[in-house]
Amino acid sequence: MIHWLNVILQGILVGGLYAMFAAGLSLIFGVMRLVNIAHGDLIVLAAYVALVVTNSLGIDPLTSLFLVVPIMAAIGYVLQRGLLNFTLGDDLLPPLLVTFGVSIIIQNGLLELFTADSRKLQAGQIEIETVQMLQGLWVGYLPLIQFFVAIAVIAGLQILFYRTALGRAFRATSDDQPVAQLMGIDTRHVFAMAMALSLAVVAIAGVFLAVRANFDPAIGPARLIFGFEAVIMGGLGSLWGTLAGGIILGVAQAIGAELDPGWQVLAGHVVFLAILAVRPQGLFPKVSG
Amino acid sequence: MPEPLLEVRALDAFYGDFQALFGVSLQIEQGQVVAVIGANGAGKSTLLKCIAGMMPARRGDVVFDRSSIITKAAFDVVAGGIALVPEGRRLFPSLTVEENLLIGSQSRRPGPWSLARVYELFPILAERRHLPAPALSGGQQQMCAIARALMSNPRLLLCDEISLGLAPIVVRDIYERLPALVAEGVSLIVVEQDIAQALKAAHHVYCLQEGRIALQGQAHELTREVISAAYFGL
Repeated sequence: MIHWLNVILQGILVGGLYAMFAAGLSLIFGVMRLVNIAHGDLIVLAAYVALVVTNSLGIDPLTSLFLVVPIMAAIGYVLQRGLLNFTLGDDLLPPLLVTFGVSIIIQNGLLELFTADSRKLQAGQIEIETVQMLQGLWVGYLPLIQFFVAIAVIAGLQILFYRTALGRAFRATSDDQPVAQLMGIDTRHVFAMAMALSLAVVAIAGVFLAVRANFDPAIGPARLIFGFEAVIMGGLGSLWGTLAGGIILGVAQAIGAELDPGWQVLAGHVVFLAILAVRPQGLFPKVSG
Repeated sequence: MPEPLLEVRALDAFYGDFQALFGVSLQIEQGQVVAVIGANGAGKSTLLKCIAGMMPARRGDVVFDRSSIITKAAFDVVAGGIALVPEGRRLFPSLTVEENLLIGSQSRRPGPWSLARVYELFPILAERRHLPAPALSGGQQQMCAIARALMSNPRLLLCDEISLGLAPIVVRDIYERLPALVAEGVSLIVVEQDIAQALKAAHHVYCLQEGRIALQGQAHELTREVISAAYFGL
């Protein structure tokens, strides 16, 4: 009994990471209808940026976030303003193709620079410290921190979207682009800010991913799939739904892995397909106005 | 002769191969109300879109306050002091009434209009400020659209068919507030299909017919016969 409780709890905690993969993806799609195929590779890129920062400055991974987050946000702004803005229009296909290209460029660029070797960020003592929840149930500090950071990120995005002028501009642009321009909103800048924000979240996700497990240049696409699944299960446009989607995916994978180590990823996909079959709009779809 | 606030010079505009405007010229002076009337598809909305920077013109020029704005993007035009109330209102459906108004002040132009002032002009909006925009009635949505445009403190306000789909009593109610705008120094170009309403509100009237100016003159000098001839091309 306590054993399964443990499995589910670990799944929930990993779900926070998946929710962070998903939040950035969902934000970009919500604001500009852009499906970012390179999202997973950008997560891996953030992990490598953190690797370089921690190695060259000798700081621990969590502290490196103070540098990695602004670096990734700047990359996001430039990527959107300099490239992706030109692909946006009535057709969904050009941004899809261009971000697919970006994905390949990032993977091969990382392969050239860092080889195909597996890497991992070392967080030191904190990686092995645990806290006892119940008799016989121990939880690592790091997964706990990761989960609460994920909740803070989602809550932060929620506040930004519904309580700030930038969030208002995001929502207005998402509703009606030409009229948003009429109101004095430079949509090119708003899109670039959205991508910067998305990659700031990606940076946090990338660092936690890299502390948790090994990474190499080729693991991006699988993270993209996890992100997609979390977004769609949660319901497009709902940030808290995204967190729920991530947790469901994490728990499904944890239970699958417990039954048979080979079933981990498969179990996540099966649950995703089951939810898609029963509730194609996701669990918590945005109420349309 | 005072310098016009806005001058449209020989504007040609196209939708693909279809020419919507043929050498359209128009002038408005500070403090004036100009009406542009015409049948469906005469090019009235196209003219406003070209002025507001929502649509590129192929030839011609738009001069506002002595500088050409024809190449400016819409967000730049509004920062310069021209606001458009778009046809069909086009409020942001996922924003509340007040958020819609705040979006209007995005360009941060200084001036007399603020939340408090537009609520004074349209008290019903203050009452419903926290409702989502689609919860308003048609007339209230139109008021919200006008108020949203005012929030950018425009010197020139372009109104595209504000009477569209509204009951006559609501239309009269909205038109009765327009003099308050003029009193604050806002000049107005109103596009209308409702000729009687346009003639009552405006100093000067232009009549568009199939993309050309078919008639123009002082509102009180034009007779119904002359206007219907120009309107329908009889």
